[in-house]
Amino acid sequence: MPEAVTLVVTRYRPEQEHEPTTQRFEVPFRKEWVVLDALNYVKDQLDGSLSFRWSCRMGVCGSCGMMVNGEPKLTCGAFLGDFLPGPIRVEPLRFFPVIRDLIVDIGDFLRKLKRVKPWLVRSQEKPLAEGEYRQTPDQLDAYKPFSMCINCLLCYSACPIYGLEPSFVGPAAIALAQRYNLDNRDQGSRDRHEILSGKGGIWECTFVGQCSEVCPKHVDPARAIQQYKLTAAMHWLMPWAGGSR
Amino acid sequence: MSPHTTFHPKWYRPRVSVWWWLEKRPYRLFVLREISSVFVALVAFVTLLQVRAVKQGPDAYARFLEWLGTPAVLAVNALAFAFVLLHAVTWFNLAPKAMSLRLRGKKVPDAVVAASNYAGWIVASAIVAYFLLRD
Repeated sequence: MPEAVTLVVTRYRPEQEHEPTTQRFEVPFRKEWVVLDALNYVKDQLDGSLSFRWSCRMGVCGSCGMMVNGEPKLTCGAFLGDFLPGPIRVEPLRFFPVIRDLIVDIGDFLRKLKRVKPWLVRSQEKPLAEGEYRQTPDQLDAYKPFSMCINCLLCYSACPIYGLEPSFVGPAAIALAQRYNLDNRDQGSRDRHEILSGKGGIWECTFVGQCSEVCPKHVDPARAIQQYKLTAAMHWLMPWAGGSR
Repeated sequence: MSPHTTFHPKWYRPRVSVWWWLEKRPYRLFVLREISSVFVALVAFVTLLQVRAVKQGPDAYARFLEWLGTPAVLAVNALAFAFVLLHAVTWFNLAPKAMSLRLRGKKVPDAVVAASNYAGWIVASAIVAYFLLRD
């Protein structure tokens, strides 16, 4: 087992340089260390100016997504031992504008997410006195996988369509739209239909399928998109037939 | 100005290369799957030519068969066969993602959806084989 491993980290300091460069860092190898631990070692011991996002260290917060050896990964779940002998390339998530070093701007995604109304839309709320909206296990099962998304955006970095066509609503936002469309308590599927099936919606997707491959939470956005294609086609054929589930 | 750069003109946003699909094996396989549709169309076109030859009579049909036997057409058809197989297999494997079937409230497993596609393929092939080989 090696004593050290080399990280080749993308640096971008807009006040100094017009294009990103790379910097090599030698970090101690520990088998229980993940790429995020190595980056924190760099930040604490070697170069405090290195900028990257992280929070929970346990695959829940979705903020430490980066390209590791060219693949989108949560760096808190990417063990150094899986990338031996190195060097390990660490780059910012692809297809997003880079603000600094490994930090990308995710504003585009957040704007799109808001447009798909990722919350329960009710035409009329039930009075509180009537109690909660109940669901059977089967009704929960219908949307549960899509509800596991942590907005880490690895799926956007895996999607060449998003890279080529930035207006594409994208995998996570469509999966989250479907998470609510398939929820029997929701009544907002008609509100979401226009953004999902209009320009930049599901029809941009050519089913490369990599969004689902890289998802650390097994959300399977490619499934959500293809299923909505079927829904949208049925809606187009039979616009009179109820909601667009 | 796009919303990406309104407030932060120094953001770095590279363009995606037109050769992006050469980068990774899954991307290359995706492009091959997309190209396979051209060969599926080619097979359909050859079938139309065959129908036309049948309509024109025995001489035309004999000429058509002779044309099918030429090395160039054989080579193209062999390539088309490979692509049609790729097309069928990749799309059958992806079918469960697009089809969310529920029986009595329970989700039908992906393997069952894919297997039913393959079963349909085998039945259709068996019917074709029966007509071709019954003499």
